[in-house]
Amino acid sequence: MSVVETDLQHVVEDAAAHLYVWALKDIPQDLRDALAEAQKRETSVPGQRVLSTIMKNVGIADDEKNLVCQDTGIAVYTCRVGEHFPLHPTRIYEALKHGTERATVEHPLRSNAVHTITRENTGPNTGYRLPIVHWEFIPDWDGLDVKCVPKGSGSENMSFLKMCVPADGVKGIKQFVLESIVGAGGKPCPPGIVGVGIGGSADYAMYLAKEAIARPVGTRNSDPIVAQLEDELYGLLNETGIGPMGLGGDVTVLQCHIEHADTHMTLNPVAVNYQCWAARRASAHISADGDTDFDREF
Amino acid sequence: MAQHEVTFPITDEREILKLRAGDEVTVQGHVIGIRDRTQIRIFDQGVEPPMDLRGAFLLHTAPGVRKLEDGRYEKVCIGTTTSARMVRFTEPLGAKYGVRAICGKGGFPDDAIEPMRKLGMIYFAIVGGAAALETTQIEEIEEVAWEELMPECLWKFRVKDFGPLTVGIDAHGNSLYHDVQSAAQEKLKEIYARL
Repeated sequence: MSVVETDLQHVVEDAAAHLYVWALKDIPQDLRDALAEAQKRETSVPGQRVLSTIMKNVGIADDEKNLVCQDTGIAVYTCRVGEHFPLHPTRIYEALKHGTERATVEHPLRSNAVHTITRENTGPNTGYRLPIVHWEFIPDWDGLDVKCVPKGSGSENMSFLKMCVPADGVKGIKQFVLESIVGAGGKPCPPGIVGVGIGGSADYAMYLAKEAIARPVGTRNSDPIVAQLEDELYGLLNETGIGPMGLGGDVTVLQCHIEHADTHMTLNPVAVNYQCWAARRASAHISADGDTDFDREF
Repeated sequence: MAQHEVTFPITDEREILKLRAGDEVTVQGHVIGIRDRTQIRIFDQGVEPPMDLRGAFLLHTAPGVRKLEDGRYEKVCIGTTTSARMVRFTEPLGAKYGVRAICGKGGFPDDAIEPMRKLGMIYFAIVGGAAALETTQIEEIEEVAWEELMPECLWKFRVKDFGPLTVGIDAHGNSLYHDVQSAAQEKLKEIYARL
């Protein structure tokens, strides 16, 4: 590797180490606004108790520079790599892995990664195929965007997939999302973000659902037909009465985000991936010459 | 929905019986941290817990901690995990060890209602994810057993003004989770009819 590549790999590693801890401590402004809005809307006594405790907790995390939630999750990164970015994705992955390890050891953060059969710890929030990275490649560009989403297990355990058939139509999609969120009750730490992936294949639908939870809260799909479904499901989910932490109330979800892909004529897959109220995410843009901008959101 | 303050471990059963589903509770005294692997060791592997659990308040947690040079542990970030995974341990915790309260997030399914009624136990709902606040309410980590299960050891914390907690399931057969779920299932039927 050239000197330039080595330096750039260090820049990406530093960015990853910073993003992981930053995401865990300082939740984004759009999420703060959504939580404040939820607190205004909620009328149930236990629901109010939960939301005011959440707001107090966010304030304490700010003041004491502590983690918002103890579950440091599994580190999931989304990378948008420009075709002219001078560091190969192989090295970007290595940098993300080392950055995750450094953040875990240096802070220190709770290490959650285990072998899936032996359940023995595999390292400082890293292991075989951990962290997880979503890749997107951008033509005619020389930059790199990295987003870190530490994904907690309480919400990840509330993930659901159904291979609806075409005859189930959009009604089948709506029913499956509704029954999934009602069935999940208080377990995924509501009110959070419901990510829905539709179309593609079984695996791709779930991948899209994960992309959906990582979007800024309340953004809408660029396809107006899908955006309309987001609005409708958001309204219906909040009619269910599950409420904050499943104790009953008006606010069951902060948002419903949908990502879609075209699919086979006989397929109609629906995947649901939940993101808890502590919907942590942090982003950075890294330029080809190694400048890092931590304010950039995508 | 009344407000209460209760000190654990409790010695008087009436302290539990006066609490009703939906009530707000603040806890003082001692809290025992426990999780999946801790309870698998006690009940599935038959290892006696090296702490007295009579009258205890158990918290579903795997804390983030820092080990000090003298072997003690210092808190970093302590929060609460999803309870539903551990519901099957409710009855033996009460019947064999005299545990009186279990606190976690997300609730217990209906399987817990009858053992809690029969044995005089309570399920407390904490706000999941609110670990920064919870950490400030834990004054000290007083004891740690089974360190080899880190972080799923058996922990003893001294707490101050721990909460606010909501009584999710009381000792009289009432469960907020059951009520919320029943109402939501009815609501779903109505929503499906207009889709």
